[in-house]
Amino acid sequence: MNADLRRERAAATFQPELLTHILDGGADRTRRRKELEALVVNDPDFQHEDLNFLSRSQRYEQAIRKSSLMVMKLREYGIADPEEIYWFKSFVHRGRPDPLDLHLGMFLPTLLTQATPEQQDRFFMPAWNLEIIGTYAQTEMGHGTHLRGLETTATYDPATQEFILNSPTVTSIKWWPGGLGKTSNHAIVLAQLYTQGQCKGLHAFIVPIRQLGTHEPLPGITVGDIGPKFGYDEMDNGYLKMDNFRIPRENMLMKYAQVEPDGTYVKPLSDKLTYGTMVFIRSLIVGDSARSLSRACTIAIRYSAVRHQSELKPGEPEPQILDYQTQQYKLFPLLATAYAFHFVGAYIKDTYHRISGDISEGDLSELPELHALTAGLKAFTSWTANAGIEECRMACGGHGYSRCSGIPDIYVTFTPSCTYEGENTVMMLQTARFLVKSYTQVSSGQRVTGMVSYLNDLCRQRIQPQHVAARTVTVRLNDPVSLVEAYKARAAWFVEAAAKNLEAELNHRRSKEDAWNKTSVDLVQASEAHCHYVIVKLFTAKLAEVSNAAVRAVLTELCLLYALYGISKNTGDFLQVGILTDAQITQVKQRVKELLAVIRPNAVALVDSFDFHDSHLGSVLGRYDGNVYENMFEWAKKSPLNKTEVHESFYKHLKLMQAKL
Amino acid sequence: VNPDLASERQTPSFSVEKLTALLDGGEENTWVRRAVVEAIESDPVFSRENQYFQSQNEKYEAAVRKAVHLQKKMHEMGWTENGPEFKYIYRALSGEVAFLLHTIFMRSISVLGSDKQIAKWIPLAMQYQLIGSYAQTELGHGTYLQGLETTAVFDITTQEFILNTPQMSAMKWWPGDMGRSATHTVVFAQLYVQGKCYGVHPFIVQIRSLWDHSLCPGITAGDIGPKMSFEHIDNGYLMLQNVRVSRENMLSKFCEVQPDGTYVRRGSQQINYFTMTAVRVALISQEAVIPLMKACTIAIRYSVVRRQSKLKPGEEEAKILDFQTQQEKLLPHLAAAYAFHFINNYLQELFDRGYEEIQRENFNMLPELHAFSSGFKAMVTQYCASAVEVCLRACGGHGYSLLSGLPSLCTRILASCIYEGENTILFLQTARFLIKCFMAASAGHPVPPSVTYLAAVKPGKCPAKNKFDFLSPDIYTQAYQHAAVRLISSTAAKLQELIQSGVKKHDAWNECTVQLVQAVKAHCHYITVKNFAETVERLETKGGIQKIMKHLCDLFALHGIFSNAGVFLHNGYISGAQMDMVTASYLDLLAVIRKDAVPLVDAFDFTDKTLNSALGSYDGQVYQRLYEWAQKSPTNTQTNPAYERYLKPLLHKKLSKL
Repeated sequence: MNADLRRERAAATFQPELLTHILDGGADRTRRRKELEALVVNDPDFQHEDLNFLSRSQRYEQAIRKSSLMVMKLREYGIADPEEIYWFKSFVHRGRPDPLDLHLGMFLPTLLTQATPEQQDRFFMPAWNLEIIGTYAQTEMGHGTHLRGLETTATYDPATQEFILNSPTVTSIKWWPGGLGKTSNHAIVLAQLYTQGQCKGLHAFIVPIRQLGTHEPLPGITVGDIGPKFGYDEMDNGYLKMDNFRIPRENMLMKYAQVEPDGTYVKPLSDKLTYGTMVFIRSLIVGDSARSLSRACTIAIRYSAVRHQSELKPGEPEPQILDYQTQQYKLFPLLATAYAFHFVGAYIKDTYHRISGDISEGDLSELPELHALTAGLKAFTSWTANAGIEECRMACGGHGYSRCSGIPDIYVTFTPSCTYEGENTVMMLQTARFLVKSYTQVSSGQRVTGMVSYLNDLCRQRIQPQHVAARTVTVRLNDPVSLVEAYKARAAWFVEAAAKNLEAELNHRRSKEDAWNKTSVDLVQASEAHCHYVIVKLFTAKLAEVSNAAVRAVLTELCLLYALYGISKNTGDFLQVGILTDAQITQVKQRVKELLAVIRPNAVALVDSFDFHDSHLGSVLGRYDGNVYENMFEWAKKSPLNKTEVHESFYKHLKLMQAKL
Repeated sequence: VNPDLASERQTPSFSVEKLTALLDGGEENTWVRRAVVEAIESDPVFSRENQYFQSQNEKYEAAVRKAVHLQKKMHEMGWTENGPEFKYIYRALSGEVAFLLHTIFMRSISVLGSDKQIAKWIPLAMQYQLIGSYAQTELGHGTYLQGLETTAVFDITTQEFILNTPQMSAMKWWPGDMGRSATHTVVFAQLYVQGKCYGVHPFIVQIRSLWDHSLCPGITAGDIGPKMSFEHIDNGYLMLQNVRVSRENMLSKFCEVQPDGTYVRRGSQQINYFTMTAVRVALISQEAVIPLMKACTIAIRYSVVRRQSKLKPGEEEAKILDFQTQQEKLLPHLAAAYAFHFINNYLQELFDRGYEEIQRENFNMLPELHAFSSGFKAMVTQYCASAVEVCLRACGGHGYSLLSGLPSLCTRILASCIYEGENTILFLQTARFLIKCFMAASAGHPVPPSVTYLAAVKPGKCPAKNKFDFLSPDIYTQAYQHAAVRLISSTAAKLQELIQSGVKKHDAWNECTVQLVQAVKAHCHYITVKNFAETVERLETKGGIQKIMKHLCDLFALHGIFSNAGVFLHNGYISGAQMDMVTASYLDLLAVIRKDAVPLVDAFDFTDKTLNSALGSYDGQVYQRLYEWAQKSPTNTQTNPAYERYLKPLLHKKLSKL
């Protein structure tokens, strides 16, 4: 092992394994995760050439190969718990997308939740056995987040008892669904349902798209790959165009809404249930933000401990770049953020599971808040992680730009989560809608519960004239609990300000929608402040659960850094409302720098605790053993440009030119 | 043309053609530029049609092919390196061309070589009898040059230098054109004569045979593998084992090893800094501002074609640019593109003046020039890199498709934050200059003109009374100046305090670096705002140019205050109530500029081929183009290899055969 890294690990003040247990949710969970990881890592079937050297088509092929094997082995090993499947899959695909993602993650679950028993008999087992491979075709070229705008039509023909599917315009072509381009032979298509001359809104239909046996597109179906993207090379995101394509009436998913043989439409009972799936997927993105940022931090921090550059003191050897304050300032707040997001992700998942229990008993009262909260947190964490991964890459200097660092790959794989499953700005505005609604409730004398309960206090204090936040808090900068109060005051102020601006716009006799649009920048700020508060609060709450004193100490430092750094980056908010004074802001900045030095000795141990296997990390710079330079050279030698010593373009172009000039 | 885009162009508040001429620095330049772009884009050899579907090998080959063809083209068209057309060629090619390092190779010989060396090597390079590269960075060392580990030992008996790569970390790594193309390179190595080390010096080393391109004895070289972008460039590695070059191969304008081993130094080496400065200034426009302009063009045009959700019930879906949040993402960056264009002009003028002085052997302007080019290179590339990314994300899912053109702009511009000096280090170099000037100014000594404001510290409060006051350039420029002075002076004070309390100088410096970086950013931001405001004042009022530029200047300035509120609130220079006025004025401006957004990007005058974007073309036929282009993807034109091999057995339940 590299001597620098060995020294770093020896100097840590806590045992990384204990922290790993906390992240996994218990020592037994860590053990199980590592068992599953070993099953994949030690399996020669899952080995392959470095993906960086493969073309898109080759990467797709590898992914399909591994997916097929994975499905078989999951059954062979009897792995059925959803979380264990998720782990196994992420080890097999090393955190990268997989063409069967939509089949396993959307097609099968949608059949389970929205198909009638008769439909399940017909489709579920063949799909489970992969005779049917499906995808979920919702997004169109012209419409994404705004679902009601989708244009694909499904018109019921009672004469033949069929639905006629059409893509009436260029913009209505289904565009982006994963696995649609080349892999799937079926798709669940979302289309506007027309029956008896009336539009009944969006409904889901099971549509066969390719011939079983030959895999050729069926007549009336145009399907293909949408071409290269920023990342997601192994995924065949596809397009789908349908021309008078007929499917039997029984192919509409009819557990809730129904079309009877004569064309009579029967309405569904409740639409709240669809919230559930969205909450679930967005909670996965929060967890993914944490994991992706953790991977980038692991790489950047280990490399910063191995890399020596320049001089801090004349005459002394070159220091580790991690000893520079500017480098610590780039990386440690991100490390703290990664931990914060881990705990937020775990919280949403737990809350979701708890509420899902309630849902089956019919209690949906907590769902709107959770839905609103996850929308905002999805946006907040993915934006932050996205910028953070990029920061980690730049902190690795030039070598970070090489694909051998692994960070470019993490970045391009992660960044679409800012736009998919709900574009982030739209998500923030959904949270804002809930915040404003809660504020209005409080103003009219009702009490609100949950994460927004701070709005209750706001009203009690309104008897006094000035801004609420201005007088309530005395902030103790070394106490996370006190910092939570400061963030709470900021959130309260922003929600109130946005709500009042909205009111003012309405008083200018603007339409509701115009007023909302004119206030939307404020509203996004309010949501951000609310999410920031929730994160600081959850991180702080986590500290009390940690029993080991050494681990609690280091987590407390990270929590303080997270909270204080957040203040130092948003000083305007805290100053403008008078939550903090100029002098306190100066102290906050000073304290942030002190914390950098405090965390420095534990930095490597803190990323070791994330416990990423080298094969999963996929980085030469971030290797556990720190032997960076020799392995960079070995890696480069495998580059396709090095396959021959003299490149063919020498004969084609260079030699020709030299002869001519 | 898509009617949604056509309607945006009907009533611009200014003359688009006049604004284009202003950006080009006169309409004659516009004509020349258009002629060059037309000549290049009409030539099929330069086509970028397949760019998004090519492998690394194919991209490299295309770049070499274009570079070779360019020589022919220039000859045909009668373009020369000193002619007015030259600077537009790179723009017309969108930088997708090989042999850029060949130019650096020639420049380094011209600057660092003796007259004799220039006479020997430059004609060979001009004729492409050899292809050059520039090998400075090593695996283990980048920005910190003194740390380079490659050695060149003078052997007095044979009158040669012996070059070696003593360990893995000393391997040259990253130099462009070196992995596959170059026959020669300038190697930077620690010079040893008779056991004594004289520091880093440049040597011309042949690495490949001129006959069959095979590697020369003692040379190990190759491509460093795939990167985030720049796949068309063969960035390379180079290992030297007892490679001997003659004494005359050390570039010796400033330093020479004489036959008897005597080391002679002559002249000022300060001119070296000038080369670095030149490169940094040049890249601000080419690699940062122009890409941002392109990204804005794509994102803004797409935002008026894309309709999504309804603003009012019963109406048709709204253009996404009508959403305030979308305006807030894009319009400040549009303003920034203009701000940076003007600061680049300013730097260019300063640089030309400096060059004249240096010709007259006057090096006084060098420290200021060096500080300027470092700070602005760092600030502008950093800002533009994140702005391009915002544009990408503002296009929703489609931005993520390579066919939008945005991912390749994004990955390419990201590299500019690192090369030619890592940004943090550059900020700190400027910081050193600013602290020095601040100390000098406080002691009453003269300082360079751009920093005299440091001496005129006036405590006080912002005098604005209502939101309209914040549309006065004096008011916001003062606010920026105040913030810059406060950050510089407080950091200088802290530095002094630490040193006086007994902390060693370098430790004190490291403890202040986070604040120093912040101070430099504030300084650069101030200069940019000030320059923008002054530029606007000088503009002609005809054609509505001055008016729209004034709006953009206001937006740029207020966006900066809005998004760095803490910096301005600290000390109470701007009060909480005034900050609300800033916000109000800022949001008002978004709605004003919204009306001219499309004409403002049209004025950048990029052709569709230059943009190479399915989302951003002039006619706005976004969806048709996206669909057409996708069909050309090899994933659609070739058969699916995974089907026969894996999918078929999977679907047919023959998994056991896998």
